[in-house]
Amino acid sequence: MDDQLIVERAVSAQDIKITARGVQVYYGDKHALKDVNVDILTNTVTAFIGPSGCGKSTFLRCLNRMNDTVAIARVEGDIRIDGEDIYDKRVDPVQLRAKVGMVFQKPNPFPKSIYDNVAYGPKIHGLARGKAELDEIVEQSLRKAALWDEVKDRLKESGTGLSGGQQQRLCIARAIATGPEVLLMDEPCSALDPIATAQVEELIDELHEKFSVVIVTHSMQQAARVSQKTAFFHLGSLVEYGNTSKIFTNPDDPRTESYITGRIG
Amino acid sequence: MRRLHSLPNYYGWHGAILAFLPAMLVLTLWVITHPILIERQLADFFPAEQFERDADRILLMADVRRVAEGIDSAVAAGALSAEDAIALNTDADNVRARLGEVGVALGADVTAEVLQASQRYRELASTGGLFRAIATIIVALGGLAYAIKITAADLRARNRVESVVLGVLMMASTIAVLTTIGIVISMLSETIRFSTMYPFADFLFGLTWSPTFQGVSQLGLLPLLWGTFYISIVAMLVAVPTGLFTAIYLAEYASPRVRSVVKPLIEVIAGIPTVVFGLFALVTVGPFLRDYIAEPSGLGTSGSSVMTAGIVIGILNVPFISSLADDIMNAVPQALRDGSYGLGATKSETIRQVILPAALPGIVGAILLAASRAIGETMIVTMGAGAAAKLDLNPFEAMTTITVKIVSQLTGDGEFNSPETLVAFALGMTLFVITLGLNIFALWVVRKYREQYE
Repeated sequence: MDDQLIVERAVSAQDIKITARGVQVYYGDKHALKDVNVDILTNTVTAFIGPSGCGKSTFLRCLNRMNDTVAIARVEGDIRIDGEDIYDKRVDPVQLRAKVGMVFQKPNPFPKSIYDNVAYGPKIHGLARGKAELDEIVEQSLRKAALWDEVKDRLKESGTGLSGGQQQRLCIARAIATGPEVLLMDEPCSALDPIATAQVEELIDELHEKFSVVIVTHSMQQAARVSQKTAFFHLGSLVEYGNTSKIFTNPDDPRTESYITGRIG
Repeated sequence: MRRLHSLPNYYGWHGAILAFLPAMLVLTLWVITHPILIERQLADFFPAEQFERDADRILLMADVRRVAEGIDSAVAAGALSAEDAIALNTDADNVRARLGEVGVALGADVTAEVLQASQRYRELASTGGLFRAIATIIVALGGLAYAIKITAADLRARNRVESVVLGVLMMASTIAVLTTIGIVISMLSETIRFSTMYPFADFLFGLTWSPTFQGVSQLGLLPLLWGTFYISIVAMLVAVPTGLFTAIYLAEYASPRVRSVVKPLIEVIAGIPTVVFGLFALVTVGPFLRDYIAEPSGLGTSGSSVMTAGIVIGILNVPFISSLADDIMNAVPQALRDGSYGLGATKSETIRQVILPAALPGIVGAILLAASRAIGETMIVTMGAGAAAKLDLNPFEAMTTITVKIVSQLTGDGEFNSPETLVAFALGMTLFVITLGLNIFALWVVRKYREQYE
């Protein structure tokens, strides 16, 4: 297992998916994120860890321009996906978000059927020509989210009737259905019980073969379990970024070490 | 402090309640039963057969009360001394004239029986008043004494006060239910009386509405029902899109500053009395529709029309729908919006496919409430649509509704004994059944489509 990870890391380290240079975020007068530079790799799970209010979710929301929906937020700096500046005027944030999917802290299925929840994205982006193709996308997405076997007989039932863990996997399926290249996850397991958490973590591990996954988490065990790269944020700054095994065993920065060992946070 | 079961003020409240409630109960019972007892006492003064007919007895008692109160106020004003008042008699004095001098107008001359009865009434009322005061005070003091007797450190005064609060709240909610039942019963009994005088099938399915007071009226419901529905439909066609779009703009697009200005402005409309809207219909909307649409297209020459009333009622209902729908859409969790935006949906896609479906039960409820209001609206119809009961498809014709006809059948007539007046109750019953049906439908929709957000 460990050998495999090392091999993958060696391969994927070549491809940089997202580059961020000098990113600053202000909420009104508050300087929430200070000068963040980071490269996120293709087909890798990158974990953002840090104490509450350290800016990790803020940075995550920069990557698909969700901060645009917050009236008082202001983003500066340069963020490129595949070399393209996503804050360029020519980039439509709506198109961007189809390419950069997002899963939220609390499972938020729409009050629609399971099928319609997954078909939502493909429908608005016109990804399917005809019913058969849409059925295929829905099935594939649910399969990738490891939910198909549990819901295949009740696709017409409401998505809000599922259990918490199933709801969160439904939200992941929904995000996968638009065919994203990057998946952003904002504390996806914080509202789930341990069993559902284990299922979602297992899923994340499978997903990174097809997507670049960025996950914000409060749980250091979770970061250690699922990620290959880890970034530690503290007080709005990116303190340290590197291979997960190194961050957790031999961090360079004393602040990282304090957080890992539980002295701050 | 811990030695007491409750805070000191609860013991105070407990005493006050024990003194007040039973005394109030005695007073209420007394006020209700006393007139009935007096009436029995006065039966001796009048011929038995006259007193047994309900209508006559009520008239006689009204006379007696007026004379008694007249004498009382004459004494109070100093025009009569107390002895003179007792010595009044119909042979020697013109009672009507003497009471007229102190400002008590009587409809007819006072007969000897009525005067005697009213003297007796005064006696009974004054002794009754005295006993009433005594009884109330005794009960109040008794209650207080009992409260003092049982007050001790471990008395659960707090819990007892709580149960009184519960009782008060329950009574308040019962009043609304009882009122509804009372309305239904009174409407139903009058409607049944109407159906004994006029064939009910002719009322329900008659195509002509032409009440006359010479006895050969045609009281068909359908023209009125049609007018009601036609005007309500026009009103809802105006109110629903306008109100809903306003709500969407306010809830999803408007900045907080715009919202804080626009929302109160729209709600001002809801505070305007409907009669003012009626004036607006009469002098502005009606003539405008007639001069620029109806006459050029040859559809009609009347300023009063279904369109006039419908449009104005629609405007009246806009703030109602927009305000309710705005609140409902604001209650849709932000997480659903984020989820939709996160999938690359635009704002209007999010509203159409996520927010409106989630808010649908509440919005349907708001629309049906507005429809009930439109159906029940009277003043604007009177001033904007006229009073002609017609079965017609042309929206620029004058028509009328059930409510307007209820008013016009009852105006200027105090006696409910002809089918022409009693039909008002049958109309009212019809209206009640329609709005009840709408409300039940609204409840059903809300139940069926309710979505849990959590």
